[in-house]
Amino acid sequence: MKMQTIFEKSVPGRRTTGLAPEPAQHRASDLVPGELTRSEAVRLPECSELDVVRHFTQLAKLNYSVDANFYPLGSCTMKYNPKVTEVVAAMPGFNKVHPLLARIGNGQGCQGSMHCLYVLERSLCAITGMEAFTLQPMAGANGEFTGVSIIAAYHRAKGRDRRIMLIPDAAHGTNPASAAMAGFTVVELPSRDGMVDPEAVKAAMEKYGENIAGLMMTCPNTLGLMEVHLREVAALLHSIDALVYYDGANMNAILGKMRVGDVGFDVVHLNLHKTFATPHGGGGPGAGPVGVCERLIPFLPSPRITRKADGSYEFLPDNPESIGHVGPFYGSFGVLLKALAYILRLGGEGLERVAEYAVLNANYLRAKLKDVLDEPYDRICMHEFVASAPAGLKALDIAKGLLELGFHAPTMYFPLLVHECLMPEPTETESMQTLDAFSDAVHAIVARAKEDPDYLAEAPRGLPVSRLDETEAARKMHLTEDM
Amino acid sequence: MPYIPHTQAERDHMLATVGVQSLDDLFADITADMRPQSFLASRGLPEQEVIALCEELANRNQSVLSFLGAGYYDHGIPAAVDALAGQSAFLTAYTPYQAECSQGTLQAIFEFQTAVARLMELDCANASLYDCGTALFEASTMCVRAARKRKIVLDEGVNPVWRNMLHTYAANLPMEFVLVPHRDGRPDKEALIAAIDKDTAGVVVQNPNFFGVVCDYADVFAAAKKVKAFSVVAVNPVLQAVLKTPGAMGADIAVAEGQSLGLPLNFGGPYLGLMACTKALIRQMPGRLVGRTHDKEGRTGYVLTLQAREQHIRRAKATSNICSNQNACALRSLIYLSLMGPQGLRDVAENSMEMAHYAARTLTAGIEGTQLLNEAPFGNEVALSLPVSADLVVQRCLAKHKVVPGYPVGRTYAGLDKVLLVACTEKNTIGQVGILLDAMQDVIADILQEEALHG
Repeated sequence: MKMQTIFEKSVPGRRTTGLAPEPAQHRASDLVPGELTRSEAVRLPECSELDVVRHFTQLAKLNYSVDANFYPLGSCTMKYNPKVTEVVAAMPGFNKVHPLLARIGNGQGCQGSMHCLYVLERSLCAITGMEAFTLQPMAGANGEFTGVSIIAAYHRAKGRDRRIMLIPDAAHGTNPASAAMAGFTVVELPSRDGMVDPEAVKAAMEKYGENIAGLMMTCPNTLGLMEVHLREVAALLHSIDALVYYDGANMNAILGKMRVGDVGFDVVHLNLHKTFATPHGGGGPGAGPVGVCERLIPFLPSPRITRKADGSYEFLPDNPESIGHVGPFYGSFGVLLKALAYILRLGGEGLERVAEYAVLNANYLRAKLKDVLDEPYDRICMHEFVASAPAGLKALDIAKGLLELGFHAPTMYFPLLVHECLMPEPTETESMQTLDAFSDAVHAIVARAKEDPDYLAEAPRGLPVSRLDETEAARKMHLTEDM
Repeated sequence: MPYIPHTQAERDHMLATVGVQSLDDLFADITADMRPQSFLASRGLPEQEVIALCEELANRNQSVLSFLGAGYYDHGIPAAVDALAGQSAFLTAYTPYQAECSQGTLQAIFEFQTAVARLMELDCANASLYDCGTALFEASTMCVRAARKRKIVLDEGVNPVWRNMLHTYAANLPMEFVLVPHRDGRPDKEALIAAIDKDTAGVVVQNPNFFGVVCDYADVFAAAKKVKAFSVVAVNPVLQAVLKTPGAMGADIAVAEGQSLGLPLNFGGPYLGLMACTKALIRQMPGRLVGRTHDKEGRTGYVLTLQAREQHIRRAKATSNICSNQNACALRSLIYLSLMGPQGLRDVAENSMEMAHYAARTLTAGIEGTQLLNEAPFGNEVALSLPVSADLVVQRCLAKHKVVPGYPVGRTYAGLDKVLLVACTEKNTIGQVGILLDAMQDVIADILQEEALHG
């Protein structure tokens, strides 16, 4: 049966009673001149509460999700999102507070929330070895923009105009996009053996010299490999006072095993929706706090929170060297609270276990799939690994075959430098049995496809839709009910 | 170990399968000199202790009667919004790249795009941005790219929080802003029109503006069109149920802070950036777009589309770096709008406006020396000129009466130290406005007395 849209379910004149207040005594046109009012009512759905409840309950059933399916999307860290964090974030004492209450008097109205921000900032410092954090960035890419803007501000404060940002060829697309937004010209570094190559860094330094502002690195990198030349690369950059940026997308792999602040990174962003278990929400909201080393603290976004001698908290006045405001207030507080609850629940030891079991699960799955997928880097991986579809098969087809069997597919066709790439990231919260079942599924799919080459072309079967015509979507641009 | 399912036997079996002796062997690439000297020292807490600790912190926040708005409003949220948007099949899914197993999220985004486009009376909308400030920045870059010019005419009545963000985001880009000052809280439309010239890429205004003033910008937008510049308006999405739309005014891009549509205030987020635009600008849009299409069996389905604009394809040349957006917040707003319907949203808007007008009458009549900052029409928020410092009044009202009468405008606008911005929603009552009046009368009398004593 066709799933109608909520607009198609609308019945003129039907209302959800009891939700909205009674009609006001004055119409808008009594309160402001008529020519300032809208001429036609908004064409929103006219439905009963049950109509709406049923619609969105049915829609939810069309999704795969971590709570229902194994979801091994590489570089996304689709771990279980503990329910206790939702309980904390829903506390009315937190979520009814207006952000501007903090600006009234000395912020006495919202000391509880400010305490949470402070403790989270200090916790992230202890976890990463950075000196200070801003919690303001609203997503990972937003954190990247914040971090590279800090790099730009640092060089500007030193009176120099540095325009080049070095980015490895295997980096996430957000890295070059964020660097461009902060005004940088991106120079791509070719990797060697899947790693940032110190020789390539030296070559770039010879070519661009002191025009290089910094280097953005992901570690473990997007191939799931630990970067083994970290210190050497950082020292090279630092020799010309360029800064080294750490993209924390893959932080889950190194919790408690390495602190990025200890090994030479100057700026770091974390993805709380990955490493710190806040739900991905079907695409957001996330949170992308940015940590810095001591000399970059003056450039952090305003306002910064501080703890006073009497134990109360206040926001400091804007620092003139600050890059300014990247978010409207102090960050996506509801998301930050969930991450804080997660950190409280796990503690330092629990976080270190996260990394250990995330890496164990990835290596176990890698070992199980070695005989069926091609693995270009045959070595211990970190929290994820890359593999190529075997000769004659497409990564896309294997992905669709997995959907058919109730598994979400791994990330596919990223990084681009791996042929027919599949990138599974199982995370620490999955059991051995789930990994075994996934491995069995991959084996079954590949075996079946070798017998019957057309088998996978029709996958996935039994889902709400089969493969969709993306060309039609792009050509017709049917983006709303009215287009 | 919380949330880690492995038994000891399983762990040992898995290590053997991998071919290593211990968990730490997996980290051999992190050499001893790179290992941390210290780490997070705190121990993990049982679930009930986490809840108890957080409850204690939540209770440290004061419960106040607040008339704070300034772009973020305490509207009611139907219970069904939490129940439906909280379903884990929505909440624990990723970005819907695998369309066949993500039709729930994809169809919801398509419906969200439809609702936002209809609210604004523009052709299309994207799948959300972080908040209104970032949406205004993205809209400004759309103008700059599409017009191939770099000047943005910016009205001073645009929320200062968002204007601050604009400057942060544009700091390293070839864009320049020309600020057009307000006049007693009203937009100076003649000055806006005068500031638009052949170098202008876009004009950016807000309706109602930061001071609550409602205006028709059609003439400003027409002036922009004449010089091939684009028009951007930030609106209040609830009031959009009753106010003249961006489309009707001739705007090319509309943005809004979607918080009012079913999101709690939450001390600053997560919020929701809405963006709609004309068809001509679709390919300049940042962020995700969902399109309707069909599968081989002819069934209707939804996919992410026009992805060549986005960072994972275009990298440094993308329209924006945005990847994660505010999808779960967008879903909340769609559910909110579906529950409200056209009449329900209108009732919320008109009750909010009516209460603000009542509050304005009550406070100006009841407090000597208090008057409207200007005579312009206003929506659910009004700027009042007090006889004393608004900052002091607000501080004293909070300390003495647990009432926050509004936002002291002097915090962000020089020379307006006595101006108070008072916001109302449909949740406010006549009784609450009475409490507000009593509190303000009391502290203003105190302040005047002190001023008389100390000269």
